[in-house]
Amino acid sequence: MGQRRLLLGNEAIARGLAENGCRMATSYPGTPASEILAAAAELNLREKLGMHVQWAVNEKVAFEIAYAGCMAGLRTAVSMKQVGLNVASDPFMSAAYMGVKGGFVVISADDPGPHSSQTEQDSRLLAMAAKVPVLDPDSPRQAREMIGTGYALSEAFQTPVMLRPTTRVCHSRQDMELHPFAAAAGEAKFDRDPARWAATPRFRHRLHLELEGKLAGLAAYAPTAPVRLNPEVSARKAVVASGVAAAHTRELLQALGIWQKVAFYQVRQPFPLHAGFMEELLSAFRDILVLEETTGVIEMQLADRRRVRGKQSGAVPRVGELTPERLQALLADFAGIRTTAAAAATDTPGRRPTLCAGCPHRASFFAIKKAAPRGIYTSDIGCYTLGMNLAAVDTVLCMGAAITQAAGFYHAFRNHPKRPDIVATIGDSTFFHAGVPGLIDAVVQRVKFTLVILDNRTTGMTGNQPTPASGFGASGEPLAAVDLEALVRGCGVDYCRTADPYELKDFIALMKQAVAYGREKGPAVVIARHPCLLDRARRGEGRKTVAVRISERCDGCGYCVKNFECPALVHHAEDKSHRHTSIDPLLCAGCGVCLHVCPKGSFEIDQPETGETKKPRPARKRRS
Amino acid sequence: MTAAVRQQILISGVGGQGVLFVTRLLAEAAILRGLPVFTSETHGMAQRGGTVVSHLKIGDFHSPLIRAGQADGLLVLKAENVAQHALFLKPGGWITVNAGEEAAFDVPGKISRIDADRLSQEVGQPKSLNLVVLGFALAVAEKMKKNSDRLFCSLADIEAAVASGSENKPQQAAAFLKAIRSGYDAFVQNITV
Repeated sequence: MGQRRLLLGNEAIARGLAENGCRMATSYPGTPASEILAAAAELNLREKLGMHVQWAVNEKVAFEIAYAGCMAGLRTAVSMKQVGLNVASDPFMSAAYMGVKGGFVVISADDPGPHSSQTEQDSRLLAMAAKVPVLDPDSPRQAREMIGTGYALSEAFQTPVMLRPTTRVCHSRQDMELHPFAAAAGEAKFDRDPARWAATPRFRHRLHLELEGKLAGLAAYAPTAPVRLNPEVSARKAVVASGVAAAHTRELLQALGIWQKVAFYQVRQPFPLHAGFMEELLSAFRDILVLEETTGVIEMQLADRRRVRGKQSGAVPRVGELTPERLQALLADFAGIRTTAAAAATDTPGRRPTLCAGCPHRASFFAIKKAAPRGIYTSDIGCYTLGMNLAAVDTVLCMGAAITQAAGFYHAFRNHPKRPDIVATIGDSTFFHAGVPGLIDAVVQRVKFTLVILDNRTTGMTGNQPTPASGFGASGEPLAAVDLEALVRGCGVDYCRTADPYELKDFIALMKQAVAYGREKGPAVVIARHPCLLDRARRGEGRKTVAVRISERCDGCGYCVKNFECPALVHHAEDKSHRHTSIDPLLCAGCGVCLHVCPKGSFEIDQPETGETKKPRPARKRRS
Repeated sequence: MTAAVRQQILISGVGGQGVLFVTRLLAEAAILRGLPVFTSETHGMAQRGGTVVSHLKIGDFHSPLIRAGQADGLLVLKAENVAQHALFLKPGGWITVNAGEEAAFDVPGKISRIDADRLSQEVGQPKSLNLVVLGFALAVAEKMKKNSDRLFCSLADIEAAVASGSENKPQQAAAFLKAIRSGYDAFVQNITV
């Protein structure tokens, strides 16, 4: 018997890759998928598996690298979050036609809720659009098993296969037995076949015909067929569920005492739905309830409006996560029993997220607002989206759009008598991912705006993955580093300055200069460079700190709390006669930036710079 | 008989307090006891100082989430979260919360409280308030007869989980154990006085 270990869903997926002989794994970080590649890199390093594991500059790049690997006959995989699949959808659609040699698994993690995403989109719909089979795991254990199933399916039908976990699979932990790692199979070998790998439209027509043939075979492939979980029960009603909704349903049918009242099927391959299953279902049952996240993909294939209810019919909510509480009400109603309504547990608001104490982005946003107080602030995807708490972020669309939306606003306001200043903010990793083409366009079109690249030397929000400028890779291995300034200048930008936002006074002065240039002459770029504190702590690096105290001069006006919004600043306004602000010593990171924030100069250095390094938090998971 | 154990515990706090680490320790303790375990966590945007909650299910479960009204207990690292998450608690369930004496709670359930913010500073480990609360909850379960089936694991199990999780970092493990002990002892001293 193997060893039982507690694995995060994403670690289980990485484990599945390694256990099934995956030779190349690529990704761009994004919640809830980020830990898949990190775990694969760790396994690869520790077990000397000889895989190529890399963070790519974006999902399209990641996809194409892994796809070429499978063209060379190797088992490969690419992982991303669902909106990352949008970025990779161009190669995804085309790869479906050309098919694969080695097994190729595309892992696209969805985020019903959404918990940490711009949309609740259903990757299974993109699989359907691409005509690629998709597997929908209900748990970390099943996600790992489905990697093996996916490779078998991929190689049997020479097609890419999508694995579509959701947040509740990615970020659950479950105990499971470990299997041994597969020995690396075969060497890379590329068979020239231009009619396939470089197909012109005429050949594409033939490939499309072949693809339809594959789909018919996939809809009859026994190992991925739906399973009846209570074959002993005879009923006229059936519940059909997939993914985590199936896991919740399994527990709820028991808890509500209706396991005997309805037939229960779990769908493992929502597209293409098995033809035999559809026949069985529609001939044997009078009423069918379909429970799936987040779109009615199974339901639309069942296509019998009179008997099938789900998202399309309006019986199941189309927006938001299918929580156990929501499913409880749906299942009880379907089975015709009464149940006490459970409160909607996830609807209660909690504390809003905020930039960490000492986050260099806070200083940058403060300076931007000083330099362009009535500007339009376009921003982007990352920790710095939280600049909206500081009223320094007006727009967030998708990766890279800070720059292109700035251009759009400029063109819209070009002849306006009161043309506003436009300041775009984008993180370093996001700039590499999708910012570069937009900046080139802005240079060509002479867009008059200011771009602030918030360069914290890492991909912060997703857990401090390296960027192309880091000089190291997913396992900490040394790699080449791209020079951000040279890249900006290479895009054709004349005004590019780099400064540390912690030096707040100087940084505000620089921002004023940049905004003036950007307003009159063309793209001005400021690289606000200061490393992420979490990243430093994670790597066990110390740093200088400044002890700050608030003097008697503080009259508790609340300016700093409102405009600087540092979590370490506590405003005491309960007692009107004794309003004041204090610093929470536990939360304070000792950055000293607040020294320049108070208009009345109430913040002062408690003691001269200590020169000692503040002890970092114990690094629980060291990256390199 | 261990196979029959079924416990659902919600752990709640805010980003940076160490909700995930406490959940991990409890889950590893379950594994060491040979129990099936399923947890669910908050990552990403919500971790930047926002509300963080994790679900811990010990025993034979399929769903990673605890349904409202089904939790056996709540471990709360931030007092303000009690109001938000009390609806998960089943009738007669318990709450262990990090709170000073002045905090008032208007929720049903048996509440035991410890001022872990203060205590963790006193023992020189301000960042380990999560472990102080955990230690306290273990003592509440272990030292009072009527609570004996409150938690599936004991202080010894958690200590074993800490040891197995930081094999190569004895200093770190010692610091963790000290914090857990301080919470545990705080309860023990209180009942013997």
